[in-house]
Order: sequence, then structure tokens, then C-alpha cells
Amino acid sequence: MRFFADSLIETWPFLQGWPPWLVYTLVMFAFGAVVLFGFVSLFAGIVTVVERRIAARMQFRIGPNRVGYQGCLQWLADGIKNFTKEDLTPAGASKMLYLFAPYLVFTGLFLTFVALPFGQALVISDLNVGIFYILAVSSFVTVGLVLAGWASNNKWALLGGIRSAAQIVSYEIPTGLAVLTVVLMSGTLSTQGIISSQGIWPWDWFASANPFAFIIFIIFFISTLAEGNRVPFDLPEAESELVAGYNVEYSGMRFVFFFFAEYANLFVMGALTAILFFGGWNSPFNWSTSLFGLFPQPLEVSGTLFFMTKALSFVVLIIWLRWTLPRLRVDQLMVVCWQYLTPIAFVCMLGTAFWMVGAHRWGALDYVKYPIFLFGVFLVLAMAARTVRNIRLVGDPVDLNPFQ
Amino acid sequence: MSAVAAYFRNIREATLTVFDGMSVSLSYLFRKPITVQYPDRTPQPILDMIPEGYRGILDVKTEICTACMACMRTCPVQVINIVVEKVGDPPKRMLTHFGINVAKCMFCGLCSESCPTGAIYHSKEFEGASSRFDDLVRFFVDQPVVPYKPPKTEKPEAGETPAATNGEPT
Repeated sequence: MRFFADSLIETWPFLQGWPPWLVYTLVMFAFGAVVLFGFVSLFAGIVTVVERRIAARMQFRIGPNRVGYQGCLQWLADGIKNFTKEDLTPAGASKMLYLFAPYLVFTGLFLTFVALPFGQALVISDLNVGIFYILAVSSFVTVGLVLAGWASNNKWALLGGIRSAAQIVSYEIPTGLAVLTVVLMSGTLSTQGIISSQGIWPWDWFASANPFAFIIFIIFFISTLAEGNRVPFDLPEAESELVAGYNVEYSGMRFVFFFFAEYANLFVMGALTAILFFGGWNSPFNWSTSLFGLFPQPLEVSGTLFFMTKALSFVVLIIWLRWTLPRLRVDQLMVVCWQYLTPIAFVCMLGTAFWMVGAHRWGALDYVKYPIFLFGVFLVLAMAARTVRNIRLVGDPVDLNPFQ
Repeated sequence: MSAVAAYFRNIREATLTVFDGMSVSLSYLFRKPITVQYPDRTPQPILDMIPEGYRGILDVKTEICTACMACMRTCPVQVINIVVEKVGDPPKRMLTHFGINVAKCMFCGLCSESCPTGAIYHSKEFEGASSRFDDLVRFFVDQPVVPYKPPKTEKPEAGETPAATNGEPT
């Protein structure tokens, strides 16, 4: 960001009289605001429509397609509807905590965007403890959910809050171990450092660095699903048992805050997976733009495009998983975490450490990354072949037109 | 040893079944949706999509109504109201009022079965929503109408005869 601010000072002469620290701070605030209002809120809105459309097609339906072209403004309509609703506080609720809880969830989520790099220069702050910071602030969300559940004075909300606490605290461990493995491989906690220690090509990414890293990628993906309360781990808001879980008493804009945070979290999950295991903004091209001469130093955009493509692919994968899998039971959830993910994550972390020592000794071990990359390609092709077979078996008409 | 085997079997089964399930839901993503986008984007006009024998909102062809009042008498919920009066000079028997309260109709179809000429029948119309309750009462006679006289050559079928002749006003 400093590099970017310096270039701004060079271009715009009236900034040169100002103290540099003020310009840096203002640029950071401005970038934060752009990310918040221009990207995250748009993303959280639009992904709700995208998810509904994908879910609909997976269930032989069409989905919302009336507001705007093909329903592209449905999220605005939903937002306006929620703005006009009454903001109720239930009798017997702990009023201050009840009103405060949505903001805690919201803040915890948006703080993670501070350290998410969107491109080589596009990061609000390249903290040297970046990934640790992200893990830390995303725990705010748990506090918010527990507060919301407790302050609502509602049994279902309380159960949802307790479940979310148990779930997120448990799944922090495999997540932390997976992040630790990546830190082992990259030697830094900074998100930018992790990205730049991976290469441009898929076999240079950490997901295919060694067999253990591939397994730890899957573990990381599963445990971020659980931390983000997504299906199949959406126990805190299990509709069939808890009505709506921790947010059952919230209405109007306060409900939207929870909803918003949940969908913004979708992007954080996808972005984290892309950063840690799939090379972030590394790209083989070097397209840059100076935004019609606004900036003297051209901004690198191809990296941002690659990063967004990767992150959004994982978002689609998460949505796809949601409409495939049923919800786990509470005891199954705990068994998955403590009997499977945590021990395997430990094994993989140690395995990676030994692998790195071994690769240092025998350089031939480095070539294992190519078979792992080919295995990934095989998985994608196997999924495609299987899907084609499923379509043929049923014999229904195929329709690839996404607009109905 | 079997516990260890079960452990790895669980992992294997979880992986394979999730893979299978995801390929199933992905294959559904590419199939044609079966949604009919009623009311404005139907593949053909909605009235053509309604099957034969559908009992929609009652309609009356007043030009073939004999004013026999069989439908009014047979209606179990008193939905139909018919008035036949002697109008004019010389007084003639005329159908002056034919009202059906759609809100009360239960679509049993007894009236259309008992009608000797098929004047009252179930149309295919079903979109009867209205913001005013009064709009749901439908009137079919504006001006007094001379009741229809069936041609003499037509041999009345059994069961229809009494209804056709008892059409006197009370």
C-alpha cells in the first residue's frame, strides 16, 4: 500500500504539502472503504442470487429471474425489503448485548479483509503476522454468535449459539494445523509472503508441493466450511431443528447483518484457500492498467483476475457442496473433527516437515509435485466423466443455457 | 486391528460417496428445468394447458338457458340465484336475474350435470382472484331474456324431463 501511496503523492501535487503519514492513513482508509462498500457488500449481495440460481438448477428449477435482467437485482430488492422491516427486540432479551451482537459478527468478518491480498500491490496492510491475524479476528464471529444466541432469550437461539461455539472452537485446531503446515513450507506468516513463495504454475502451488500438503489442503477446506457454518456443518442454524439458530429472533437490518457476514465469509473461505494452497495472485501474465492515467505506476491487474478466479471457483465449489450434502449430526461433527481431521492434520504436518528435510537432501523428491498435479487433473476429469455418465443414465434433456 | 481397518474404510467411503454425490448434483445442474413460469412465460397460452374435464369457474350461456331452475335447486350450497318474472304487456315469462356467487361455489359440478341444455357449465377459467368480495358474485343477465325453448323433435332423455317442465316462478 505504501508503494501505491507514494505513487499517488508523485502524481497529485497538492498531496506533496501534506505529511506522508496522513496520506498513507487516508489511502489505507480509502482502500478499506472501497473494499468494504465496493466489493464485499456487492459480493455478499450478488452471491446470494448466484447461490439461489445454482441451487435452483440443481433441483430442476430456474430460481429468481424477475428482478432486473435474469434476477440480477434480486439482492437489492431483498435488501430494501429488509430495510423497511421492523427492528424487534424480544421481551426478556438482554437489550444491549442483543443489539450489539450483529455488529460483532460483522466487524470480525470485515477485519479479515485487512490482510487479504487481492493483487501484488492491492492489500490494505501486509501484516507480517497476516494469516495469524486472520485466524484471530475471525474468532470474533464466534463471540458474536454466542452473544446473539444468549441475548435473544430464546431456547433455539441459545442452542444455536452453543453449537457454534463448540463447532468453531473444535475446528480451529485442524485449521490452525493446516495453516501451520503452509507456514512451514513458506517460512512466513505474511499472506503476501506465502503467495510469493508459491510459483506461477499449478505444480508450484502448495496444494501439490507434496502428498501431505494435498491432504492438508482438503482438511483445511473441510474445516473452513465448518468454521463458516456452511453445509454440511451448518448446525448453528439447522433449520429443521433450531428454526434458524442463533438469529431466530433477529429481524430487519440486524438479520441482514448476520446474513451479510455469512455470505462475505464465503469469499473469505475461498480467498484463504486460494492464498494458502493455490498461489493467490501469481499469474503468468503481466497486464497492467493505470486507470486512464489516474495513477503514474500502472496497477497490475492480471494477478487480481487470477486471484478472483481462484477464489470464486472455491466459492462455487462451496455452494455446490451445500446443495449436495446433508447436514451432520452433532456427535458426527465432533467425531469428524477429533477422530479424523485433527490426527490426520498432525500426521500431515509432521510428514511435511520430514518431507522438506528429505527434499533438501534428495532433490529428486521435488519432482513428486508433477504426479500430484496430474492427480488433481485426473480428479477433475473423473468428475466430468462421472457427471456425463449420470446424465446419460437418466436420459433427461441437457440444457446448458444459464438464462431461462 | 479391525478398528484401524474400519477407520480407513470410513475415510475411503466418505471420500468416494461425497465424490459420487457431487457428480450427481452436478449432472442435475446441466439438465433442463421443468419449471412452468406461470403466468407470463408459459410455453403456450395457459388455457390451452388445462386438461379436459377441468372444473373451473361456472359460466352460463343465457341464450340456451331454459330457466328451469334445476341448477338452483340442486346446488348444495345455494350459490346460484335465478329469478324468472312475467314482464311486459302482454306478460311474458322472462329470465330477469341469474347470479352465481363464485366465492361460495365448491365446484362439485352438480348444477352442470342437472342442466338439460348444458347452459350452465364449468369453464376453464381459474384465475378468479379479486380485491373486492362483491366482484366474486357474477351476473349473467342484464336485460330480461326469453328462456330457450328446446325443439319439440328432440326427445328428452329420462331424468331431464321433470326438471325441464317445472320451471315456474314461485
